Amino acid sequence: MFLSETYRKIAADGIWNNNIVFGQNLALCPLLAVTGTATNGLGMGLATLVVIIASNGLISVARHLIPGEIRIPIFVLLIAALVTLVDILMNAWAHELYKVLGLFIALIVTNCALLGRAEAFASKQPVRHALWDGLMMGLGFLLVLVALGAAREISASGTLFANASVLLGESFRFLEVTVIPNYKGFLLMALPPGGFIMLAFLIVGKRLIDQKLATRKVSVTVLTPVIAEEEA
Amino acid sequence: MKLDPATIERLKAKIAVYREFLKNWLEPSNLAQLRPKLEFQTGVLAGFALIASVLLGVTNCSTEGTIQRRLDEDLKKSLEEVVPAALYDNDMLQDTLTIPSAEYNIGANETTVYIAKKSGQVSAVCFKFIAPDGYSGAINMIMGIDRNANILGVRVLSHKETPGLGDKIEVAKSDWILNFVGRSLDNLAPAKWAVKKDGGEFDQFAGATITPRKSVQAIYRGLQLFKAHQEQLINP
Repeated sequence: MFLSETYRKIAADGIWNNNIVFGQNLALCPLLAVTGTATNGLGMGLATLVVIIASNGLISVARHLIPGEIRIPIFVLLIAALVTLVDILMNAWAHELYKVLGLFIALIVTNCALLGRAEAFASKQPVRHALWDGLMMGLGFLLVLVALGAAREISASGTLFANASVLLGESFRFLEVTVIPNYKGFLLMALPPGGFIMLAFLIVGKRLIDQKLATRKVSVTVLTPVIAEEEA
Repeated sequence: MKLDPATIERLKAKIAVYREFLKNWLEPSNLAQLRPKLEFQTGVLAGFALIASVLLGVTNCSTEGTIQRRLDEDLKKSLEEVVPAALYDNDMLQDTLTIPSAEYNIGANETTVYIAKKSGQVSAVCFKFIAPDGYSGAINMIMGIDRNANILGVRVLSHKETPGLGDKIEVAKSDWILNFVGRSLDNLAPAKWAVKKDGGEFDQFAGATITPRKSVQAIYRGLQLFKAHQEQLINP
């Protein structure tokens, strides 16, 4: 592997072990609000990814300047300023995208995961670790958003990545798939309760996989001495 | 202005001194000593606030014009949706009239009316209005009306109605909203400006009655607003 131990651990934490949603149970507000479709999830994920990398980087650069007593107001100030900046710039220079994503951008402020990463990681780590952590945490969040959005969209309307071409441009029209043709629709999944229900399924799924991985590890450690004894 | 070599040297030396000072000041060990001090904390918070405000202020000012242009383009697109291109040759964004609309309950005390003109004569008008009492909030709409008070087209610009039920008011989801084309206060009796459930002319949706009911009522009020100002609008 080309990555050192530290970087690999940060990556594994961000994407799986300590995932913002599955591991830390943070960011549920934006998560449940926007994941009606996979496309919306993707949009929110990308916007959050940009902001979390920037906020992690900035806070890490300034970490020696920030006294512990007033760190929270400074983090909030920086994150809010960053989000507003992204909001304004997108409105001006990526207006079509903004019309789709605009609603979500402001929601990033309510994403406690950003503050969480600033507090727990970026304020104590060198810049390159903080940037990498932002990237990995953002990616982990993006994956959950897309997975939850896709699961809800398929069960609610039988399509996948509907309107992806509006978000990403015409060349991404191939993403738009009708998974179940002539589907009558299952409205509950498109409504907020559907978000909670589907999230519960995803979390159960993650726990099951973790359990399986854990038992495999245990059985390996249990088996080795047995074999060793036989050999002896 | 030309600087002689000696001055440049002196300036360079001065800059070097400042850089040295800044570098020492920014040393983690030095900052660690400063951090507990109250005046340092105040200064840092003020500094961050200042940087954030300056950054946001500058960005806001430098993008204001661009954003306004984008919004104008959006508005223009919506206007073109409800007024056929054959009916006008002017720039509707520039040809506007503001009329009082507080008593019509369409979301604003004043409504900006965009005037469509063909060869200098008013052919149609177009304005945005709001059904403030939709099932889950305001429904923003835009309507084009020709000079004889017939509806040219209505579109929903934004809404928060239930996906899959109430969102059939969008033209992308169903052609319900096209039923209004050609209607006017003259060719449809007031009692018929309602959903079928209430004895009116327009379909409700299965599972969603409030959304279409409130939309029909708002469109009706919009027509009344036009009627009240028809003379002033078509003969400016």
